[in-house]
Amino acid sequence: MMAPRRLLLAAPGLLLLPRGAAATPEAMAEAVHGFTGGAEMRPGRVAIDISPLVENGNTVPLSVIVDSPMTEQDHVRAIAVFNERNPQPHVVAVRLGLRSGRAILATHIRLATSQTLLAVAELSDGSFWSDRAQVIVTLAACVEG
Amino acid sequence: MARVLLNIPRGVRPGEVITIRTLIQHRMETGYRPGPDGEVLPRDIIRRFTATYDGAEIFAADLSPAIAANPFLAFTLVATVTGPLVLRWQGDNGFDQTETREITVAP
Amino acid sequence: MRPAPALLLLAPLCLSAAAQERRSGFQDMARETQALQQDDTANPGMLWVLEGEALWNRPAVPGGQSCAGCHGNAEATMRGAAARYPAWDAASGAPIDLAGRIMQCREARQAAPPLPRESADLLALSAYVAHQSRGAPISPPEDPRLSAAREQGRALYAERRGQLDLSCAQCHDDNAGRRLAGSTIPQGHPTGYPLYRLEWQSLGSLQRRLRGCMTGVRAEPYAYGAPEYVAIELYLAQRAAGMAVETPAVRP
Repeated sequence: MMAPRRLLLAAPGLLLLPRGAAATPEAMAEAVHGFTGGAEMRPGRVAIDISPLVENGNTVPLSVIVDSPMTEQDHVRAIAVFNERNPQPHVVAVRLGLRSGRAILATHIRLATSQTLLAVAELSDGSFWSDRAQVIVTLAACVEG
Repeated sequence: MARVLLNIPRGVRPGEVITIRTLIQHRMETGYRPGPDGEVLPRDIIRRFTATYDGAEIFAADLSPAIAANPFLAFTLVATVTGPLVLRWQGDNGFDQTETREITVAP
Repeated sequence: MRPAPALLLLAPLCLSAAAQERRSGFQDMARETQALQQDDTANPGMLWVLEGEALWNRPAVPGGQSCAGCHGNAEATMRGAAARYPAWDAASGAPIDLAGRIMQCREARQAAPPLPRESADLLALSAYVAHQSRGAPISPPEDPRLSAAREQGRALYAERRGQLDLSCAQCHDDNAGRRLAGSTIPQGHPTGYPLYRLEWQSLGSLQRRLRGCMTGVRAEPYAYGAPEYVAIELYLAQRAAGMAVETPAVRP
């Protein structure tokens, strides 16, 4: 059994990007590696629910659902969400368990620009599954100073 | 004390999976935004959220600056016994707030 | 006492607003943002409504009077009240908006220090009171003393301003429904103030939004609390008469 990890602290260096820099696909890959330990990630079982067209990137509803019976034999231990174009690659990481009932998380996120989101789920058998979503982000017309 | 808005279902039966919806007032200052003087405002966010029920931590979240201001988090749990649901938000600058609500389970 | 909404629709309104069907900004938003507004457990504006409820029931100064002390249960006594603002204020001999009325009550009748415009407490109280009118039709009072300021508001709405030399009417009457940099231009009805604007990541007043627009056309905004804002709001309320209050609305 893996010891509980402070998931975001797995890659502290990525939080120290210079001002104005954006995360890159490489930075996201590094962040994902911190979560999976390099294990293979298979697409499937995970579903990102987010609008493909977002009218304001400041508050974007996001849900992630993992297809899982959440039983002793087969449940989701953790879900992590990553992004490609925000200043840093993490969005949120949650730890679930047998008392969760369903493998679901819902929150509101910030998106700096149009980009790809990646959700990764860690299952009780040690496997990792994922889903990607492309989001187009438009901004408010009159941005207040 | 930050204002919170919590939605805990009522009329819950044993074994039912219920959704807990939480909203807390917090700026979630990203650490990337310049202030009025042009200097970057320091990061000030909620970093961790935990939910404890029936003796166990049933949900935990690590938040980043990519979580929107006034963080909304919804999660599910299996209702087993009547008892307290303890929700805790911790973050920068010593932010530490706990809210307790009763989950009432009746057959 | 309250004018029937049908009569107000026949009253002389800006021609464009009457000619096209009136739409709240709610209808111009993405489905997800609409859902956010309609979910009281996820609408961030409700945090301010909750705060306002606490302030309503707490004495404004230690040992002093709370709002509830005079006004009782807001859900009963404030029902429909916000829909009838701006109103005439006899004490100052001028029109007053809801936030102005709350500020005045705090100082004159609760012996409390002034609540600055756009302060957290004033926004919370305004949100709580206006929320009690949610669903009620905007019902501008027919008080003839408001006419002069309302006419001033109509003129301000039609006046070109700023380096971009644009008037409110040019966007919100002539080009409502078309797109400006990816966003749909709304008709600009004040149906849900104070509201949670995603761009602000906070609740804010109509005055804040008007200031944002003025900055947007590169005009110097009037100071918070300026009578011009109340005049414009008087005109906008008549233009929106009969439309339902949505406070606390969510807007991009």
